[in-house]
Amino acid sequence: MQDVVIHITDREGETHKVLAPTDMAMNLMEVLRSYEIAPEGTIGVCGGMAMCASCQCYVNSDHKLNAMEDEEDAMLSEAFNVKDNSRLSCQIPITEALNGLEIELAPDV
Amino acid sequence: MIKTDILIIGAGPTGLFTVFEAGLLKLKCHLIDALPQPGGQCSELYPKKPIYDIPGFPEILAGDLTSNLLEQGKQFQPGFTLGERAETIEKQDDGSFIVTTNKGTQHHAPIIAIAGGLGSFEPRKPKLEDIEKYEDKGVAYFIKDPEVYRDKKVVIAGGGDSALDWSIFLADVASEVTLVHRRNEFRGALDSVEKVQELKLLNKINLITPAEITALHGDNHIEGVSITKEGNTEILEADEFIPLFGLSPKLGPIGDWGLEIEKNAIKVDTLDYQTNIPGIYAIGDVNIYEGKLKLILCGFHEATLMCQSAYKRLNPGKKFVLKYTTVSGINGFDGTRKESPKAVVKAIV
Repeated sequence: MQDVVIHITDREGETHKVLAPTDMAMNLMEVLRSYEIAPEGTIGVCGGMAMCASCQCYVNSDHKLNAMEDEEDAMLSEAFNVKDNSRLSCQIPITEALNGLEIELAPDV
Repeated sequence: MIKTDILIIGAGPTGLFTVFEAGLLKLKCHLIDALPQPGGQCSELYPKKPIYDIPGFPEILAGDLTSNLLEQGKQFQPGFTLGERAETIEKQDDGSFIVTTNKGTQHHAPIIAIAGGLGSFEPRKPKLEDIEKYEDKGVAYFIKDPEVYRDKKVVIAGGGDSALDWSIFLADVASEVTLVHRRNEFRGALDSVEKVQELKLLNKINLITPAEITALHGDNHIEGVSITKEGNTEILEADEFIPLFGLSPKLGPIGDWGLEIEKNAIKVDTLDYQTNIPGIYAIGDVNIYEGKLKLILCGFHEATLMCQSAYKRLNPGKKFVLKYTTVSGINGFDGTRKESPKAVVKAIV
């Protein structure tokens, strides 16, 4: 299993290139937290249950991601700063298909 | 004024378990929580979700864990101040503290245990110009007294259970209820969604989707809101605007209590989870130290050690050894006693 490269633009506009393991059942929000891309308490607040939208990100590359499930779709319908390319990063599992993914964190609300 | 031995701020699992551990040491607890019910995130966010990493419980629903913790601590008769947020703390000359809530309720205790989790749950406010100006002047994020809305023109925004439930409730109270949601679909219980549809057909709820509130109008009080639907904006007359976009936790006023804060959490000494202010402890998800893990089971451990330290602080020099409940049983403050039955009745001759 290979690590994948993910390009993350943080809330201050700085871009980070990070390596994410594909064999630890991690989701994208957990990768963001492990690299401390955003301060604790401002991301992944609900722990990854698609219940808070604090891990909302914009997907800027054309990678084919896992389809959005109802819980994520519903949470995004209530979140702020939502765009067409919004996803909850906690609902995106890290797989080899994500290599080269480019995302941007949505503002903290 | 409410007096207690340990004042616990936050009635989540860690705070509730503190009641039990303190009770074994004959220390009485009182809890403050911003939410109207105990349980913290477990009861507010995910009561029906299973937790798999509580020792001894292969699977337990978060709501059931809360109920069990309340049951486990009830013989120690904890007090509760619910629906109020701990706002200020004042140190007294004798080293004790007075904590006052946002509603003015005062609590006096020699020991403070902050078990505030991620913070107090505050409403998520939509980004609308001047929204703060209208707070309590037509804009409210919680409905405290539905009678305020009697015969008024009310606009509710949101797509979750609370937006649906309050629209249904206020349909019989207000003169006009308008529910605005960004999408055509709602995130709520099926019967609530159906009820809203039914009330829409009866012209008791004015349902506007997919649409958003984009501006507020009025001099000293809300008089109208701008609703943008598919690119067209119209102004709707309104007396009250209730945005219901859920809650998000904020450390809030505790962050200004002079405690050492790192990464939105309170720094503690792992010896006993005391903060930089003697007598104030921080346990559970609200604290931080090297190697910290935000797990309920770690909160339980921290609560246990913290209570031992609090006992020593309150009873300097008084001898005490850790007791096992299996050996000593539990003596409740309510006069009840629990103990294991004696296994050996008579020796065999």
